Amino acid sequence: MSLIDLSLEPAPASQPPEGGEVLVVTSGWRLVLREFLRNKLAVAGVVLLVFFVVFCFLGPLVYHTDQLSTDLTNTDTPPGPGNPMGTDGNGFDVLGRIMLGGQTSLKIGFLSAFIATVIGTLWGAVSGLIGGVVDAVMMRIVDTILSIPFLLIVLIMAHRYGSNTWNMSLILGVFSWLLPARLVRGEVLTLRTRDYVAASKAMGGSNIHLIFKHLIPNAMGTVIVNITFQIADAILALAALGYLNFGVQYPNTDWGDQLSDGVGSLVAGYWWLVYPVGICLVLVVMAFNLIGDGLRDAVDVRLRKR
Amino acid sequence: MAGYLIRRFGTAIVIVLGVTLLTFAMLHIVAPANAAALATLGPKATPAAIKAYDHANGFDRPLIQQYLTYLNRLLHGNLGWSYHFNQSVTALLSEKAPLSAFLSGSSLVLAVVVAVPLGIYQAIKRNTFGDVAATSVTFVLYSMPVFFFAIILIQVFAIALNWVDPGVGQDQSLTAALGNVKDLILPIVALSSTAVAGYSRYQRSSSLDVLAQDYIKVVRAKGLSERLVLGRHLVRNACLPMITLVGISLPALIGGNLLIEFAFNINGLGLLFVNGLQVDDYNIVLAYTLLGAIFTVAGNLIADILLSIADPRIRLV
Repeated sequence: MSLIDLSLEPAPASQPPEGGEVLVVTSGWRLVLREFLRNKLAVAGVVLLVFFVVFCFLGPLVYHTDQLSTDLTNTDTPPGPGNPMGTDGNGFDVLGRIMLGGQTSLKIGFLSAFIATVIGTLWGAVSGLIGGVVDAVMMRIVDTILSIPFLLIVLIMAHRYGSNTWNMSLILGVFSWLLPARLVRGEVLTLRTRDYVAASKAMGGSNIHLIFKHLIPNAMGTVIVNITFQIADAILALAALGYLNFGVQYPNTDWGDQLSDGVGSLVAGYWWLVYPVGICLVLVVMAFNLIGDGLRDAVDVRLRKR
Repeated sequence: MAGYLIRRFGTAIVIVLGVTLLTFAMLHIVAPANAAALATLGPKATPAAIKAYDHANGFDRPLIQQYLTYLNRLLHGNLGWSYHFNQSVTALLSEKAPLSAFLSGSSLVLAVVVAVPLGIYQAIKRNTFGDVAATSVTFVLYSMPVFFFAIILIQVFAIALNWVDPGVGQDQSLTAALGNVKDLILPIVALSSTAVAGYSRYQRSSSLDVLAQDYIKVVRAKGLSERLVLGRHLVRNACLPMITLVGISLPALIGGNLLIEFAFNINGLGLLFVNGLQVDDYNIVLAYTLLGAIFTVAGNLIADILLSIADPRIRLV
């Protein structure tokens, strides 16, 4: 950046022009936020998400339960005084267990989506910018990993290496960066023909400079919309792993794990082991999908106005 | 057309080779060292015996040679040996395949048959009560893990109403399972639920895109009956993206198939995968992964070919 500044005449002391404020107000992201807040369903998604984050992370501070030692004299009790949502087959309080499992599900959801987005964005940007043989090879690698059924490969890795939050996030992230890579590459292919990219290149901007200063910032809308769906998918995938008993291990727990424990008791009528946690799972995934849909529409509006 | 097909075939072959490279690498990295030797010789085998076994089976040769042997083996339809079930993986998989294929195939057909008309209906009746109701239902289904939907179905139709059995009979063969076809209804419906939700959302937006096109305005202005407008111009064009979408969603179908087989205890490929993984039988697990990937590549290839037949514009690219 400094190199370019030196080679130019010093810019006239920046006295904000009269229209300055107006420009700021209608800047892209403000517009997105305004559109997003107009969308009632999207706002409902945010409210739902905030509720669950507070419930799972702050709830245990208020509502203390013992989630470490089993209580075999007090198993499978229906909801009642002392245990508002009953206890499970190990005597754990179900409400407290849902909070604990929710922490895991949300943490892994966010982390793995972050990992996938970082890898995917860089991969897509490099592939799209360089083009040619490099692009072809990089995209065939994406095609290859994408053609392997996600659940199968993630199950294998989780069985072998996954036991805690970090491993699990890494496994889910490392196998789900392919969609963001494709999306960002698509964006970069159109962005790289823009005049400002050509100008930056003509002034000697390196590929790294182009990627971080021009291409990724301008593809950010697509990337952010994708993150929310990515989180929803990761939470669903984690639930599937837990349901198949390949999820995080004791003393940690996640929602899929709890569902799988509860299913066996369904015939016995222990509904509180299955439905509360199942409904939480659906609501959280719905929240992310609602936010994602709202963001996509809002970003669309920004692109149309631009 | 020929050029397009040749290029498309070439890509498919490259991808399949890439997948074999990956499964081969995983056999060596993920599977515990000496797994084959220990499984055959017993856990107390001496290092010398293990070394002799590895040498006899070529496990001590350079990796590139082992990979070529692996490829050669695959080309001859030999997917390896299951040490746990003491049976060839090919035999195991082909024994279970018909049931899984039936389950997945019929739910895929059901999903398309329900989702395409539903999406088109929603687009035509945009923002009416029917559209909003369908959007809400599919949105909830879309956000619901397929196994949780299966649990709800079991609760309602098997436990509460007692119409069907909660599990499917443990018959391995498709013909025996078809004898009890009533018990297969819930698994098929559950497996198609996510696909119905995804497909109909897509079909709705693709139909809306087509409805906004100028050619729809033109045929309406020409005074074509609404039936012809929708039947001849909307449906044909709006269904094109579905061909690709079905191809892309095949990995999800395989994953869903696994979850549903686990939920209903269906003795198919998915359950075999889970059981194989639990006992560290990586030959089964990676063979199924490889087949799933090849199935996906083939499905996408067929989808692209179908699309190029249905939409001549593709061939020009």
